[in-house]
Amino acid sequence: MQLIWDSLPIILLGARSTVSITLIAVTLGCVIGLFAGIARLARNRAVRLLATAYVDFFRGTPLLVQIFMVYFGLPQVADSFQHYLMATFSIPQIWQSTHINPFPAAIISTSLNSGAYIAEIFRAGVQSIERGQMEAARSLGMTHAQAMRFVILPQAFKRVIPPLGNEFVAMLKDTSLLSVIGFEEMARRGQMLIALTYKPFQIWTTVALIYLLMTFVISRFVDYLERRLKTGDDHR
Amino acid sequence: MMITVRDLHKQFGKLEVLKGISCTVAESEVVVVIGPSGSGKSTFLRCLNMLETPTSGEVVVDGVSLTAPGTDLNRVRQEMGMVFQRFNLFPHKTALENVTLALLKVRRMKREEADAIGHALLAKVGLADKAHVYPDHLSGGQQQRVAIARALAMKPKVMLFDEPTSSLDPEMVGEVLAVMKDLAREGMTMVVVTHEMGFAREVGDRVLFMDEGRIIEEGTPEQLFEHPRHERTQSFLGKILYSRRLQ
Repeated sequence: MQLIWDSLPIILLGARSTVSITLIAVTLGCVIGLFAGIARLARNRAVRLLATAYVDFFRGTPLLVQIFMVYFGLPQVADSFQHYLMATFSIPQIWQSTHINPFPAAIISTSLNSGAYIAEIFRAGVQSIERGQMEAARSLGMTHAQAMRFVILPQAFKRVIPPLGNEFVAMLKDTSLLSVIGFEEMARRGQMLIALTYKPFQIWTTVALIYLLMTFVISRFVDYLERRLKTGDDHR
Repeated sequence: MMITVRDLHKQFGKLEVLKGISCTVAESEVVVVIGPSGSGKSTFLRCLNMLETPTSGEVVVDGVSLTAPGTDLNRVRQEMGMVFQRFNLFPHKTALENVTLALLKVRRMKREEADAIGHALLAKVGLADKAHVYPDHLSGGQQQRVAIARALAMKPKVMLFDEPTSSLDPEMVGEVLAVMKDLAREGMTMVVVTHEMGFAREVGDRVLFMDEGRIIEEGTPEQLFEHPRHERTQSFLGKILYSRRLQ
């Protein structure tokens, strides 16, 4: 028990990183997802294909592999690019061998991953709005963009909140994968404590319970939002 | 001519819904389009403001060809109001906001100015007291009247009505038709797709009977209803009048 009390501050520090990286990932994911989601519905075929390829790739491959690709793969690509510049245009070497810190690597990989899932959430949200809404807006002389912005998206945002909450919970748990690149979120802190204390059961149980507490609170909050929105939702 | 349509065709995949429609609508004229369901009358109406893109043919509204490449359709649509069968009010906006949205965002009008117009139009359709009510709390008839006010806000030269009373409970049909009659009396150019034969008779200047993607017959309400020449018109009117008698 004493052991858990002693390690709690360190684990909670990790919990703070877990929440921060999740917030960053889902926030950036919302920005990426909004554009990618709308691009998935674009009339232009190239735009649509590009967005579909992005969504399919990041939903169809493991987050762990994506993290490795960013953390280990990206620097290699950057170096190769530099070699290419040197060899072809004799541009002098600008940097030594490239290295990416765990934090930016964590942000890039989780945001891109989250963006793909959120793109699908937004696409479904937009498509759930009755076609007549777009037609009514267009019949008044609004452009497609105006109709999206003032008529379709405000209605879609409401419907998108529950699935966005689920995405947040899923991402909160998945950030534990970032421990493999040494990003000090909660699972990583747990590993480090075990290396010090040799008490895996106590530490992992504590870590698990804190994850549970966080996801529980968020899920309840999303349920509450969902109920409030349902009563406020004047339309089916 | 306010509207000129020349040899309009519309195909959905292999299905040809409009098989060459030509007609004109004069300024201040009220043209009523009748016909059995599936005759293409709604598609025809939706081609008039390009909610449906015709496969071929020409639509000219107030001297502007909508089918010519490069035409700013958004601009043309500002001059053409449309009322839908299912109202299509914006559920996240109050009645007043529904009416003023396009004024604020498309015309970039000041809010006070737009609100004044909005209140005046809601009063015109008899809903002055419902300005701050959301569509969900309005009856079908009231929703459709807000939808008419919304379309009128842009001061259109033409109003298109796509079966405006078809999804209303019978007791609410009258209030919507009354608003439409007022509009006709004020000289609004109107194209109305409807099953309301009484309205067609009373308000229509001209009636088009459509069947299987073509205009089969057209004329004044008296001609068409009293002395239909075409056999298909006779049979359609016969069925409708028979069913009315049963009610």
